[in-house]
Amino acid sequence: MTTVQAPSTRSAGAVLGLVAGRTAAYAGVCVLVVFFALPLLWLVLTPFSPTPSYRATLSGFTLDNFDNLLSNPQTWPSIRNSLYLATGSSVLVITLAALAAYALSRVRIPGRDQLLYALLLLSSIVTGTAAMVPIFLMLFQLGLIDRQVGVVLVLSGGLLPAAVFMLKDFVDSIPRSYEESARVFGASPSQILRHIVLPVIRPGMATVGVWALVQVWGNFLVPYVLLSNPSKQPAAVVMYTFYDAGGQPNFALISTFALVYSIPVVVLYLFVNRRYGFAFQGGIKG
Amino acid sequence: MATTSQAADVRPAPAGTPGPAPSGQRAPTPRHDGDVVGLGRARAVAFVAPAMVLVAVFLVFPAAWTLYLGLLDYSLTGSGAKAPTFVGLGNYTAALSDPAFAKSLYLTLLFVGGSAVLGQNVLGFFLAWYFRTASRVARTTLNVLVLLAWILPGSVVAFLWQALLDRRNGTLNALLGTTDMAWAIDHPMAVIIIFNIWRGTAFSMLLYTAALGTVPRSHLEVARMAGAGSWQQLRDVVLPTVKRHILTNTLLITLWTFNDFSPYLLTGGGPNNESEILPVYIYKEAIIGGHLGYGSAISLLLLIANLVIAVLYIRLLRTRDSEAA
Repeated sequence: MTTVQAPSTRSAGAVLGLVAGRTAAYAGVCVLVVFFALPLLWLVLTPFSPTPSYRATLSGFTLDNFDNLLSNPQTWPSIRNSLYLATGSSVLVITLAALAAYALSRVRIPGRDQLLYALLLLSSIVTGTAAMVPIFLMLFQLGLIDRQVGVVLVLSGGLLPAAVFMLKDFVDSIPRSYEESARVFGASPSQILRHIVLPVIRPGMATVGVWALVQVWGNFLVPYVLLSNPSKQPAAVVMYTFYDAGGQPNFALISTFALVYSIPVVVLYLFVNRRYGFAFQGGIKG
Repeated sequence: MATTSQAADVRPAPAGTPGPAPSGQRAPTPRHDGDVVGLGRARAVAFVAPAMVLVAVFLVFPAAWTLYLGLLDYSLTGSGAKAPTFVGLGNYTAALSDPAFAKSLYLTLLFVGGSAVLGQNVLGFFLAWYFRTASRVARTTLNVLVLLAWILPGSVVAFLWQALLDRRNGTLNALLGTTDMAWAIDHPMAVIIIFNIWRGTAFSMLLYTAALGTVPRSHLEVARMAGAGSWQQLRDVVLPTVKRHILTNTLLITLWTFNDFSPYLLTGGGPNNESEILPVYIYKEAIIGGHLGYGSAISLLLLIANLVIAVLYIRLLRTRDSEAA
């Protein structure tokens, strides 16, 4: 093909640069896919491997490892404990956060923005190891050490500021005319709350509830420090006890347990993502 | 108010919902201003109170107690357990002159700088930028993988990485053909930094994806017509628009990474305290060693470091605001 005279050396260079850039981008993306996928291979392959070990390989397919899981006496109690901690905290957070968020959004309380921001900052700072010593001591004094309700209270306290913040954002975006027209028709405040407000903010509550559930489900440090009785520990902690006398991990048990323990958060994530989109993430602790 | 507009800024753009403007500015009539249901201030306070009580008891109070404990020689065993005495700033001077603390602080800064401020930030932005023009398959694949790394429980993730890096049978050694490379022992800091990039990039990716959605297409088109290359578009059009998002994101991931305990599950702080970042150091001193007073003092130093960072970022945010205005 006879090319048009026009392309100067500069634009030829630009085309070359573009091709080089594209190639580099592709290579980079391939590297990234491998980087993010590599650690996950073990979780997908090992539970079904006839010879489970540290190495993730495709050496066959078996369901025998799951017998190991089912016969282990700690499996189901620990999952049940996780479930208890996660739903307990989630319900508590959602209830208190919805009440607070609604009132903060609709009624002018002096200094509410400053208060919210101060708490938000504090929660992202204090929930780590920094507060573990006083929290441990306080629960010790209250007689809440080694009790699951203590873990629920501590985790809820840590999650609440962010939950209130996210929900208030949500309530703010709901037009006030809904409540106004109900009021014009003579509905009482409690009727408006139950029949108008609650249905409208339910999606927001579901999103924040799932967020809290996932946070607690994966939390290791708080139950690890506050619960010492193995029968009360959640799955996150119990997973670290599946070693034999020689200190070798029990691969058949750990791999299947990890898979079973991970599935709920993945399913919940898919549910939230499909139903509401993951857009709310932008609001987290903003 | 700066804080409110920051909140509005972080919210992703797609929905057509009105921003959470302060009710006073937004409502033309006084009737819209505030309490449409007729809750009244007393009931409003009653609504807010339970949440605030829980937060006060389990968040604010422990923070205040940290301040107090740091002044005692309180410990779980020995004389400090029965009758802790007031040592004033003794714990703080001890910490500040302790080379182990200085080293831990240095490692923490390395960890936060390498994995959060640089790693997650840049990679998250790159992914969000790449997704704008990527094919559907590439975008979905990367999106799912990055998100999985973020949402899986921490205990599972830690074991996955142990399996990856194991000395004898690790997948990485098998792939590279290297035998007997104990990655977590030979390069503990590199391992936990790379681990944290893998673990946390999703948040930056999500936030920047939302942020890039707010850049007006018309601006990009004007720039393109004026002959700007993609690098120039990025620098002159996109970055100024999403500057606030970058600052907010950096602040959040910095604070989270500062308090991140999960490297403990990977290296246990070892070998020889080579990867003992501050949260791990506090855990070892206070919970394992039982030196609660000393641990509290370091907790407070960590809190102060966090506050300094937060205030610095907010300052930066404000100056950027006044520049823009």
